[in-house]
Amino acid sequence: MTNTAVDATASAARPASPRLATRRLPRWTPAAVAGGSIVVAVAIGAGADLHSHIQWGLIALLLFVGGSYAITARVEGRRQAKDRVATSLIWSAFILAVLPLYSLIETTIKQGAGVINGTFLTHSMKNVLTIEPGGGIYHAIIGTIEQVAIAAAIATPIGILTAVYLVEYGRGWLAKVVTFFVDVMTGIPSIVAGLFILSLWFILLDKAPQSGFAGSLALAILMTPIVVRSTEEMLKLVPNELREASFALGVPKWRTITKVVVPTAIGGITTGVMLALARIAGESAPVALLIYGAQYINNNPFKGPQESLPYYIYQQYVDGNPASYARAWGAALVLIAFVMILNLVARLIARWKAPQHSGR
Amino acid sequence: MTTTAPPPTAPPPHKAKTVTRPGDRIFSGLSRGSGIFVLVIMGAIALFLTIRAVSAISKDHANFFTTFEWNAALTPPQFGIAVLAYGTIVSAVIAMAIAVPIAVGIALFITHYAPRRLGDVIAYVIDLLAAVPSIIYGLWGALFLVPHLQGLNLWLNHYLGWTVIFHKSDPNSTPRSLFTVGILLAIMILPIITNVSREVIRQVPKMHEEAALALGATRWEVIRMSVLPFARSGIISASMLGLGRALGETMAVATVLSADSTLSAHLLDPGGGTFSQNIVAKFGEATNFGRDALIASGLVLFVITLLVNGAARLIIARRKEYSGANA
Repeated sequence: MTNTAVDATASAARPASPRLATRRLPRWTPAAVAGGSIVVAVAIGAGADLHSHIQWGLIALLLFVGGSYAITARVEGRRQAKDRVATSLIWSAFILAVLPLYSLIETTIKQGAGVINGTFLTHSMKNVLTIEPGGGIYHAIIGTIEQVAIAAAIATPIGILTAVYLVEYGRGWLAKVVTFFVDVMTGIPSIVAGLFILSLWFILLDKAPQSGFAGSLALAILMTPIVVRSTEEMLKLVPNELREASFALGVPKWRTITKVVVPTAIGGITTGVMLALARIAGESAPVALLIYGAQYINNNPFKGPQESLPYYIYQQYVDGNPASYARAWGAALVLIAFVMILNLVARLIARWKAPQHSGR
Repeated sequence: MTTTAPPPTAPPPHKAKTVTRPGDRIFSGLSRGSGIFVLVIMGAIALFLTIRAVSAISKDHANFFTTFEWNAALTPPQFGIAVLAYGTIVSAVIAMAIAVPIAVGIALFITHYAPRRLGDVIAYVIDLLAAVPSIIYGLWGALFLVPHLQGLNLWLNHYLGWTVIFHKSDPNSTPRSLFTVGILLAIMILPIITNVSREVIRQVPKMHEEAALALGATRWEVIRMSVLPFARSGIISASMLGLGRALGETMAVATVLSADSTLSAHLLDPGGGTFSQNIVAKFGEATNFGRDALIASGLVLFVITLLVNGAARLIIARRKEYSGANA
């Protein structure tokens, strides 16, 4: 009796119950749809005589998104189809971001590589007319290195000490206010830093600044908050046990910080400082207001106009003729290489100095 | 034995105090001093800019906020920030409209879609994008992007010209417009929005996502129902940080935009200006008074970015439950 009842319900239920696994598209579907939409897009593009290959790409993309939605909706259901569309949109977001970077680096290398040679790297623009090829960036390299070095000499100690204050001492409202304003300072437009130094010179010295040093002060303002932020993160990673062990041995707090905490985090701190260096080395806006872009070599950052690599690029761009464009690309390639090498070295240091994982 | 001295009692409280060594006092003073110094710098920026700006605006014979032209060299000087404010805001808004969805997409790609190793590579590529100096973006934008955008401009004008904003008055004009600037700015602020959003998305509790998965949600539904609601405020503040960058960007705008003092709703037409672009462009031939006038416009920019950044940081701070090692 019970048996038959169970059988009856089971047999009644079977036709109505959905299969446990819904129908799935095979794994190669996205590739097939992509291939199909590319073929159709090329056909449309060639047929309609569209010159821009970007348009071909866009048509293919639209076909791909639409096609995979339609197919998936038919076979797997609307929810899965939405998922597919989201996946393809997120993939295209990624491709959209990589394209400009690729194009930028490719253009810079292609345009700049032919310009760079021994003369370009070891000569200034003195006695070179802007419309004629020749001249170089030696004076700009000297200027950038000196300005960045001075800025780092000012910003690094202040930044590290501020971070030490925030992590090791900072309690109460002052620490909160400092944290907040360091964050806000990170977002100051670089040109405002330049204007500040300009007004400082106007108010204190009653004249316009004309030296690399003024530029490096503006760069120091931009660098300080970056150093504070990265150092703070690194100091927070130092385990409290180290501090406690040091205190337990009777070591004073300042010795603990200088001999235990900072050395433990030194790798990360160095990385942060170098990334900040790379960042300010490419800053042109504040420098443009302060150093007056000399055409000749000036080794003294405290007296007279100086040049800087980013500002040199801007000047050459503004001159607006083929020879100066070529120089601008050459300088851009040097600057990009300089910044990228700094970045790379910083990351290598971070990896090399990274605290080894103990088995705890 | 029992009559010997009473057991040593606890020493009087004032002797129990920890000894503050001079080294400690000097070092804590130094580090606190640096913290205060940072505050002083911020105060000094506001103060000095205001002093110069007030002296300039008091001599302005036109309304500083509603005048279009920037003629600080005239006697009497007449300059105003209407065009600059409009251009700054419009280009930043275009940049945001393009960059935010893409940046969030990339953040999701790194955290949820890409295989782990690919995700790391992409995060590195995004960092490289952030490391490229803005003047190089400017050079690339002016010499590569501008010519390559002409087609897109004509297409927008042809099909969307009726919307007024995509109307191009002279189809042959080079697209050195606010629209192009917005696209370039979008590329430049992409990294910061991506990085901050990625950090926030990483903090979404795994349990939430697994719960959604267990209920049979697809990956997109997991993101929409458990990731995005959790990360929303973080993504908003990330976008505002990007907005701050876009508002203050100088060189990329100065190279790309062909500036003038028109205020036009046609985004594809060349013309207009932004605060920072105007400062760099006018600085060279400006007199000392003209520089004060530019400082005045810089002060407006400073205040705007301060408000945007401050608001963004407050939003982040309100939901700060980062698990720091010492927390």
